[in-house]
Amino acid sequence: MSASTMTTARGRWLAWGGLAAVLIAAPWIFRSSLALNMLSQMGYLIIICLSYNLLLGQGGMLSFGHAVFTGLGGYAAVAAIGYVDGHGVAFPLVLMPLVGGLMGALVSVPLGYVSTRKAGTTFAMISLGIGELVVAFAIMLPDLFGGDGGISINRTYGKPWGGITFGPQIQLYYLIAAYCFICTALMYAFTATPLGRMLNAVRDNPERAQFVGYNTQLVRWYSFIIAGFFAGVGGALGTINFEIFNAADSLSGMRSGAYLLFTFLGGVTFFFGPMIGAVLMVLCTVLLSEITAAWLLYLGLVFVLMIMYAPGGVASLIMMNVRMARAGKLGRFAGLYGALVLACALLMLGASALIEMIYHMQLNAAIGSEVKYLGMRLDAATVAPWLGAVAVALIGALAVHQVGRRFAHAWGKAQEEIEAGLQHGGQTA
Amino acid sequence: MEFFTISLLNGLSYGLMLFMLSSGLTLIFSMMGVLNFAHASFYMLGAYFAFALSQSVGYWPALLIAPLAVGLVGAAFEQLCLRRVHKWGHVPELLITFGLSYLVLEVVQLIWGRNVVPYGLPDQLQGPLFTLYGTQFPKSRAFVMLVAVLMLGAIWLVLQRTRIGLVIQAALTHPDTVQALGHNVPRVFMLVFGGGAALAALAGVVAGNTYVTEPAMAYAVGSIIFVVVVVGGMGSLAGAFLASILIGVVQTFAVAIDVSLADLLGAAGLKVASGNPMEQALRLTVAQVAPMLPYLFMVLILIFRPRGLMGTRED
Repeated sequence: MSASTMTTARGRWLAWGGLAAVLIAAPWIFRSSLALNMLSQMGYLIIICLSYNLLLGQGGMLSFGHAVFTGLGGYAAVAAIGYVDGHGVAFPLVLMPLVGGLMGALVSVPLGYVSTRKAGTTFAMISLGIGELVVAFAIMLPDLFGGDGGISINRTYGKPWGGITFGPQIQLYYLIAAYCFICTALMYAFTATPLGRMLNAVRDNPERAQFVGYNTQLVRWYSFIIAGFFAGVGGALGTINFEIFNAADSLSGMRSGAYLLFTFLGGVTFFFGPMIGAVLMVLCTVLLSEITAAWLLYLGLVFVLMIMYAPGGVASLIMMNVRMARAGKLGRFAGLYGALVLACALLMLGASALIEMIYHMQLNAAIGSEVKYLGMRLDAATVAPWLGAVAVALIGALAVHQVGRRFAHAWGKAQEEIEAGLQHGGQTA
Repeated sequence: MEFFTISLLNGLSYGLMLFMLSSGLTLIFSMMGVLNFAHASFYMLGAYFAFALSQSVGYWPALLIAPLAVGLVGAAFEQLCLRRVHKWGHVPELLITFGLSYLVLEVVQLIWGRNVVPYGLPDQLQGPLFTLYGTQFPKSRAFVMLVAVLMLGAIWLVLQRTRIGLVIQAALTHPDTVQALGHNVPRVFMLVFGGGAALAALAGVVAGNTYVTEPAMAYAVGSIIFVVVVVGGMGSLAGAFLASILIGVVQTFAVAIDVSLADLLGAAGLKVASGNPMEQALRLTVAQVAPMLPYLFMVLILIFRPRGLMGTRED
């Protein structure tokens, strides 16, 4: 007993120490200015995705309007910075994300009240309507919300404190990283509070929670406000990072949809899943969109396949393998994994060659029919590359199907063995 | 007077178009519990299919073929994707339709480009149907109304008078019992999903050339039909009808009214000073507020009558 408590305590120190070390060391490993900018984005998106998961993963509330809270948090920070800068008030930038957080929590109070009566589908619809309401409202009042041009700020306002002006990106990165660490820790702590536990109970079985004597709406509402606070902090850091707030973008339904998509891809069933989602979000929107014009199509495909085959997201895939490795059975999958990777690579090679050629025909047909693809030059005007791509894709699909079936079979068998072992162990103990 | 009549007719035509969409959404929702996020995407697909078909076989065959084709796409999606995630509950089901809406948008942009496509009206529908006090009412809008009313009648007949309609009605409330009686409920689900997609596509075919056919059309109408379903009451066809007409008419009137609060205050003898911090809010005209009205309406309904206008259940 005491040994296992020791290991969990040590695991916790390792996890949090590891997170802190990664946050501190990252800008020394990835040194380019693009990388630093991406790291900053990851930092505040981690806060946003985790706050989103307080709703979806912890509370079963599928929100299509999370950008309302991040956006209004960002707006509050921009407005406060504009005021402080203009009036010469001594209010440091370090505390500005809290202004955004308070704004997020404040708007969550009435909006949460009308939307948290039910979870699931009803909640989803209402959050969508409220999201549209707020963005229409903000666009209607360009004097207040900046209209099409948005509102620009200068984050280096005020007197530097100890040489820190937040002008250089590295200084801002460490501010974001500090907030990221603290907010992550606070949100993790929230999941262990009685309210966080009740939120899980309300997610899993609202009727039963009601019978025990809890008001399910109140539990959801309080959690909604807390999620709104962290969303506001993340949103404020985002606008401080870019030094601009644009209502039509920051509050938009597209933005809300992206939070949902990547939080889900990262994985909603584990606390750390959304952190992976946030990293993926930056990699996709910054890097993948540079590589290919078809990135949204790939993203949509991955999303749909993920829901169908791995609804727990990347995090659950990782944890499945960790579990297998702990039982010492991961080694036997080496061959199957190799075959699976090869088959998937074949399928992706063929399918993406097709997609790239189609996109090229649609967007850049004027430049010529030649498509650069993985160092190859494919001439989309001739038949051969199309036939080749279709053939490769078909062979790949067939191989994935075959290998996948074998893999699933072997995995299920190993899983059964582990469970049998656990039951056996439980009986002897 | 003429403004009133024409606006009312335009509003009715828009409202009936909304009902073509929300009826399918409501049927799918009340039967399968699935909130089909991609419903407006099927509407868009219908418009684009009809645009493509009308260039080769003409508009009138397209009116029939495009909805059928989209219905097949919908049924295939239900069979291949939706059914697979059904066992994990409603949230993954909603998510997969959300993913589908992403994919449809990308594919449409890939095939037909990102701009408005020239999907025109056929000769028979061009020009005004009648002229009232000097204002014209276009034939195309009357045609939208005609198609919607015919469709409404057809749905009613199918649901009330045919064997499959009775099975659908029974499966709405008691799917397990219907299954136990030997009916293939999954196939009924597929039929309803495909049928709902076809209805949405039909709306797209007639609305695509009356309004515009562009990649943004799905998103523009998508959130409105969710509002319609919430306002009407989740799962109530009659409620969806009432809410569609209401929102269609209110929005059409609002767009045409160019009066602001400041004007009203001015008529009452109060002048809004130009330094007033509320000036901009007071100077907004009703027309400018129009895009917000459906959502505002929804929030009010949620506060004062959470089950919707005609809803019977609260979940």
